Amino acid sequence: MAFDFKVNGKAAHSDAPPHTPLLWVIREELKLTGTKFGCGTGLCGACMVHIDGKRAFSCQTQVSQVAGKAVTTIEGLSADSSHPVQKAWLAERVPQCGYCQSGQIMSAADLLAHNPKPNRAQIIEHMSTNICRCGSYQRIVRAVERAAKEA
Amino acid sequence: MTIQIRNTDIGRRGFMIGAAGFTFAVAARLPFEPAEAAGKDVALSPWVTISTDDTVAIMSPAAEMGQGSLTSLPLILAEELDADWSKVRIVVAPPNDELYKNPAFGYMYTAGSNAVTAYFKDLRRFGAQVRKVLLANAAKHWNVPVEELTTEPNVVIHEKSGRRLSYGEIAAFAEVPARAPEVAESELKKTNQFRLIGKDVMRVELPQKVNGTAQYSIDVHVPGMLYGAILRSPVEGGGPDKVDDAKAKSIAGVMRIVPLPYGVGVIAETPWAAFDAKEALKVTWTRTGKAWGFNSEKALVDFAAAARDISRPAKLWAKEGDAPAALQTAAMVVEGEYRNDLVYHAQMEPLNAVASVSPAGDACELWCGVQSKTIAVTVAASALKIAPDKITYHDMLMGGGFGRRGHRDEEYVHDAVVLSNVVKKPVKVMWTREDDVRNGRFNPLSVHYLRAGFDASGKLIAYHHRKATDEVTAFQDPVRFGRQNGRDIIAFVGIDAAYYAVPNRLAEAVPQDSGLRTSSLRGISHLTNIFAIESFMDELARKRGVDPATFRRELVKTNPRALNIIDRVAHMADWGKKRDGSALGFTYMNYSGTQIALIAEVTVDRGSGVVRVPKVWTALDPGVAVQPDNVVAQTESSIVYGLGFALWERITIDDGAVQESNFYDYHVPRLNEVPEMFIEVIATDNHPTGVGQMATPLVAPAIANAVAELTGVRLRETPMSPERVKKALG
Repeated sequence: MAFDFKVNGKAAHSDAPPHTPLLWVIREELKLTGTKFGCGTGLCGACMVHIDGKRAFSCQTQVSQVAGKAVTTIEGLSADSSHPVQKAWLAERVPQCGYCQSGQIMSAADLLAHNPKPNRAQIIEHMSTNICRCGSYQRIVRAVERAAKEA
Repeated sequence: MTIQIRNTDIGRRGFMIGAAGFTFAVAARLPFEPAEAAGKDVALSPWVTISTDDTVAIMSPAAEMGQGSLTSLPLILAEELDADWSKVRIVVAPPNDELYKNPAFGYMYTAGSNAVTAYFKDLRRFGAQVRKVLLANAAKHWNVPVEELTTEPNVVIHEKSGRRLSYGEIAAFAEVPARAPEVAESELKKTNQFRLIGKDVMRVELPQKVNGTAQYSIDVHVPGMLYGAILRSPVEGGGPDKVDDAKAKSIAGVMRIVPLPYGVGVIAETPWAAFDAKEALKVTWTRTGKAWGFNSEKALVDFAAAARDISRPAKLWAKEGDAPAALQTAAMVVEGEYRNDLVYHAQMEPLNAVASVSPAGDACELWCGVQSKTIAVTVAASALKIAPDKITYHDMLMGGGFGRRGHRDEEYVHDAVVLSNVVKKPVKVMWTREDDVRNGRFNPLSVHYLRAGFDASGKLIAYHHRKATDEVTAFQDPVRFGRQNGRDIIAFVGIDAAYYAVPNRLAEAVPQDSGLRTSSLRGISHLTNIFAIESFMDELARKRGVDPATFRRELVKTNPRALNIIDRVAHMADWGKKRDGSALGFTYMNYSGTQIALIAEVTVDRGSGVVRVPKVWTALDPGVAVQPDNVVAQTESSIVYGLGFALWERITIDDGAVQESNFYDYHVPRLNEVPEMFIEVIATDNHPTGVGQMATPLVAPAIANAVAELTGVRLRETPMSPERVKKALG
């Protein structure tokens, strides 16, 4: 079996077995390593990507499920770190070890794409899907608020 | 401002201050594309190279795991060099203990929140020395007395004649003395002259952490690379007895099954094949090793008996006066017992490493994220029985460390080296999250028994603390344990609460030997010690009917910095104001010189036992704050880490094996569970002390003290899970 789909606007192809998590195809076949492996069980959000414009755990998505679909990874969010969420993340100096932050940023971008002016409670609810072991949470809230304001 | 990782070009140059003729034996590369300096470079010391294009390359000696040392250490040197930060390139120092050792440890090791503390003095001197060399060269060039020269960032100025020379211009003709010039303390900048320290520069790798280009070892790709996974014995000391690998071998892409003394390795063409094969292995294990049969719940009872029975043998940790005698004569004696479960690091990047052993087995390239790169080189060299200079080490960012990556055996690095050695090809060995939990090395179980005595006037006259726990250093770093003559700093430091004035003090280590894998974890020994000590102080204050903040004030009254932060945090939280439906808990500690006080506000749902923490206030004085906003970030981080320890995080062991496996049964804090945090950094002119974990130990006792205030019930065991809280409330 072979699967064709789009990643960051470009045609992508995988010969991995159908049940293979999209995460590993993205990271090890396509070598887009900004998307991270954290838990493999859809609990931490380090692997978050967008599939057809909505956030999805790439570790819980089998490669067969994205055939014909469009996947966006952190590398495709912007060409030059200019997405309002990325700019806000730097302005608020959110990252510490940084490992979870691609997933955090993809979650935040998804929130703002569907709800451009979220209130604090909505931000907290949406972003609680992602774990940050460095505890950058307070800055994450500030950064999402800033991105919403400056977008 | 760029990061330069490849320093091979620096290696070819011949002269450097204090290290004439030194060339780097090992090239360190990080996965950033370096912006090469356009001009000719002059290496002015093993730490600094200035290019004729005015670029200043500065070595960064510490490992970066999120704490910011990659930036803050070169910043200190740049300050005294008076470098223009926009022209600084940070170069990751290669593994070389002689040149780049952490002065506090004697080797390149990033731990204990001491990087800035330990390197501060030397880095300032190195910067000042290079500045002096530049000044001397400019003075000679202009034929003027050096005393007439000053500097501005990257420029030497002769004010009298209005002449200026950039550092890059000087590099074009600079002569470097064989011996570094002397620098007197009085020649260093005063804190009010700092241009960089205390000003919050952007952490150098942060831009790469918002666009996915930051490189961790798990991201490494090497041509021809294979994938490895290892099934380890569930119990430390066990090994494979019978291995049925028929099913594993039948999985497409699986190349080798590798029996190891401690487990079974798999080498495959793809990560999914490696993981599937590991799952498909059927292994029975030898019951070798001490921990078989160990049960963590039962062990806590045994540890408690050992701690409470003062006739049982103990190692003397600290003694002042005669605490047992004072307790005999005391007008009032108070005792308390506190227990702590095992805790897991849960760094976000599951452990992994990439190794590429040469076809002849006589050299190895290594990509890994470790707290000690020289240990990583030693581990690889020892595994292959080759010389350390045959290891080419590539420094990688770490997706969290928290103490997990600082063990003497760095076993996940060893994994990659041994599997690569089997096939003589590059192998990326990845642990799954389940591997990372089950093969975890944990903050150990501990039981603390404390006694205190007051005289008739109500003065605290005796303090006695016995801590029963496994000796962590013995497992984590036998080399260090030997050097410390069996004195286990990781497990016990701080049990004496030496910063509290008590005339009679006895602190005793009651070592246990459960055979479990143990580790330092964020907060180190203080994580559990301070839960005991600060809970106990709160109990003492309540028994005496004294306000808990006032009670601490009395015990630190000769330390104005401590008093200041105690008063500050009390002011911030409006301590003393009664809340409706919630209450506050107070804590203080002197953490390796950093003065820190923390107050938590809690609510308790009596029906469910759920404790919530809406707000936390912290004030800390770490001396000079090199990167003040990063001090705040590290403190936020410390509080969140401490919250997990306080309320949820718990590893249980049965028959020696870990029972948890992933984030569904090991609960770490999420955004909707963290308090609003109010943090004030009170920077002073004192020598900088740690900031990376100082709030972590205070969170649990602050919560317990607040619960006591709110309900009158004392919680004595971490985590303070709903079941335990419900039970305690009755």
